[in-house]
Amino acid sequence: MSQLITTPRLVEAGTSNTSHIGKPTSRVEGPAKVTGTAKYSAEFNVPDMLYGYVVTSPITKGRITKINTEPVLALAGVVQIFSHENVPSLAWFDRSYKDDVAPGGSPFRPLHDNEIKFNMQPVALVVAETFEVARYAASVLEIEYAEDKFDTNIDLKRDEGHEPGSGKTGFMPPPPPRGNPNDALKNATHRIEGEYIHGAQHHNPMEMFATTVEYHPDGKITAYDKTQGVYNVQQYITKIFGLSKDQARVVNHYMGGGFGSGLRPQYQVFLAVLAALELKQSVRVSLTRQQMFSFGHRPHTLQYLKMGTNPDGTLAALHHHALHETSRFEEYTENVVNWSGMLYQCENVKLGYQVAELDVYTPLDMRAPGAATGSFGLEVAMDEMAYAAGIDPLDFRIRNYAEQDQNMKKPFSSKKLRECYHEGATRFGWDKRTPEPRSMREGNQLIGWGMAGGVWDASMQKAAAKATFTADGKLLVQSAAGENGTGTYTIMTQIAAETLGLPIEAVTFELGDTNMPEAPVQGGSWTAASVGSAVKNVCTDIGEKLLKLAQKMEGSPLKGASIDDVHFADGQIRLSANPSEAVVVRDILAASGEEKLEAETSAMPNLIKQQPYSMHSHNAVFAEVRVDEDLGTVHVTRVVNAVAAGRILNTKTARSQVLGSVVWGISMALMEETVMDHTFGRYMNHNYAEYHIPVNADIHDIDVIFVEEEDDKVNPLGVKGIGEVGMLGVAAAITNAVYHATGKRVRELPIYMDKLL
Amino acid sequence: MIQQPTNTAGGATSLPAPPSAGSVTLTINGVQRHMQLAPWTTLLDALREYADLTGTKKGCDHGQCGSCTVLVNGKRINSCLTLAVMQEGNEITTIEGLGQPESLSPLQQAFIDHDAFQCGYCTPGQICSAQGLLNEGRAHTEDEIRELMSGNICRCGAYVGILAAVKEVVDKQSEIVK
Repeated sequence: MSQLITTPRLVEAGTSNTSHIGKPTSRVEGPAKVTGTAKYSAEFNVPDMLYGYVVTSPITKGRITKINTEPVLALAGVVQIFSHENVPSLAWFDRSYKDDVAPGGSPFRPLHDNEIKFNMQPVALVVAETFEVARYAASVLEIEYAEDKFDTNIDLKRDEGHEPGSGKTGFMPPPPPRGNPNDALKNATHRIEGEYIHGAQHHNPMEMFATTVEYHPDGKITAYDKTQGVYNVQQYITKIFGLSKDQARVVNHYMGGGFGSGLRPQYQVFLAVLAALELKQSVRVSLTRQQMFSFGHRPHTLQYLKMGTNPDGTLAALHHHALHETSRFEEYTENVVNWSGMLYQCENVKLGYQVAELDVYTPLDMRAPGAATGSFGLEVAMDEMAYAAGIDPLDFRIRNYAEQDQNMKKPFSSKKLRECYHEGATRFGWDKRTPEPRSMREGNQLIGWGMAGGVWDASMQKAAAKATFTADGKLLVQSAAGENGTGTYTIMTQIAAETLGLPIEAVTFELGDTNMPEAPVQGGSWTAASVGSAVKNVCTDIGEKLLKLAQKMEGSPLKGASIDDVHFADGQIRLSANPSEAVVVRDILAASGEEKLEAETSAMPNLIKQQPYSMHSHNAVFAEVRVDEDLGTVHVTRVVNAVAAGRILNTKTARSQVLGSVVWGISMALMEETVMDHTFGRYMNHNYAEYHIPVNADIHDIDVIFVEEEDDKVNPLGVKGIGEVGMLGVAAAITNAVYHATGKRVRELPIYMDKLL
Repeated sequence: MIQQPTNTAGGATSLPAPPSAGSVTLTINGVQRHMQLAPWTTLLDALREYADLTGTKKGCDHGQCGSCTVLVNGKRINSCLTLAVMQEGNEITTIEGLGQPESLSPLQQAFIDHDAFQCGYCTPGQICSAQGLLNEGRAHTEDEIRELMSGNICRCGAYVGILAAVKEVVDKQSEIVK
């Protein structure tokens, strides 16, 4: 049980080569991604696999009257066609179809009956021996429909909005009005009002939704599914198909982008599982890019804002109302207007939020849901208000800085937005701006500088993790979290390695498998806080076990020390009071005779500690546009995004998240819109050629600043999450810059050139 | 093997039969691969579904996104826009042929160093496209690289990193040429 202890080399207290948190560690999964060895859901080529191809409805509302399957089934290589006519009896109640992220209402059930509820609804799955035959067979399947009248235009539903019910998890109805917003507005020195609009947007991750279901000889299945939550998908398919959890394993090691689209189980997983169970054979179902527009989108939203100022430039009144679409069968909600009650100090505030039902699929959380929308309306209105009051837009925001969250009547756990303003403005050179529109130009290029900002929730969910430390000095940590480009693999490896004082190379973090401890869906910017805390806890548990074993070693300098008396660094357990007194971690298991140590635990938010506070991340965005005076073309030539999001775990991957968020904001401002043809109730630009998003040539200088922000209240790691906050205010800053450049106030996105001519 | 369909009885219309598979030989990453492919199989599907080379990605299947970019005789093409049978006799290079995790190419290493990706799905196409760009020898300035890398969409928005990674390798290559 005991063995002589290697003499550790002397080190100074507090220094180590194994402090990884906050470092720009390169992605640990980088080699897998750059060589194509990282496997995504449609890339598990299991033996004897069939291919399913989805047939979607060309009509928007009505009924299927006939499906002519016979000639298609006669084609060589076609195995089966699934439709409402032959789907076996499945779970009956709505609750079986409700996933963790489902809003209120009755979830859409694929192939349930002959009713058509939205355009491009999946109506059949053709299964064949090859992808090519399945695609062909799907293209020649004749289906007859009876069409009903439908409504897809929110513009015609302005008077039919209603306040939603309880909504989905995380939805907060706007607080009741405070102060006397109507009178305060009437008596204001300066007033503005306007309507702010953006159309529907689709997430469009690069990887198309796909599920490969491996059918095992014992009737169990493994679903390799594109999802942001393997547990969410597991409970969905087990409830619907009456499977036990050990009969249905769900795996996602890599997700080719999510942005919210994979929060809910999508219909391809239902169809692939259905086909595999019915045919007792492995099946893959991949959607097409066109079909990526058939489920879930950021809703087309109409916002109306009214504001007024006092003589001193403080906000006298703020009214913000939003109306967006939802489906006939589910009541989708997001927090659009609440932010307006907390970003600025104002005593007289009225917020309103309504949804209207249309014959479309249910909208779906899309990167910074609600806040990307709300910060566009609010921050463009703030710019208009600043101009109306004759105040610099940055100065106007600082004058109305909120020292507490007036919605919740609580102080912020931390808030460094003022520092975001200052550091961002300095880096950008805001003080060189001349305020008058069209006052800055180079040749026929009108130059505009605009700014905006935003606020986003710092949340934490329950998460669990498991750790295994083996005699070779390697640590394996597992949690069913997701990796959709956010850097989960890397930051969890950093947290684990630092907690146990190991080099990055000694640690492997695995994720995305229902055989691992449960983690929440990858969304809401909460993975770093939630899974990160679980990883830290489980590694601390391993550390305690190591310490106990170390204390049993002959001549151990750690005898009598508690876990609080030691720290782990450079592969050693050191007495914090005298770091030269240490034990080499690798020697401990050898001395104990144990082959491995295991621990499993979870982390929960400390609600008692959090309850007194409002917990949020903030940002400030400064943008430069150049507008061709003759053509109206807009180029975003420079963006500075200053973010205060607590502790930054990895400055390299966090920076990439904010860079990506800025690209998303540029896209929202200038390019992105899913255009509905209301004659057909169909999105017309449902492909990558006509759904415009930025390419490399559209993106120029982007500067990311992480403002230092310590927060010991949000969670033990002090992180607030970084995936969404960076997008806030970007579209507004660009819109405001376009006004500064051209003198044209655009209130409807995207800003196509026709709006500037 | 795909067999010819039999016409259905009872007067139902019969549909044109899918084409039969035949022997196709492709040279992929220096290795000759013999496959049974129907003539309508794209090079992209041949790689992913028949050769188990899933490093080449499908992002749209319509030549709009660049995720499926491979090199054919050193030139970058969208593998979804060509049929596999059209590429017999050509040298096809996929991301797997550019480097492996233990032997990364300079571009692959630069992509990691500059964090030129997030989800990683467009990455093989970006790197193959960048390799094609290097082979072309046309791009030198940042603006030229931006323009000539604009056939590859990245929804995560990693363009700043992609530009930095490609520029680094382009600069090193021009130093060698000098």
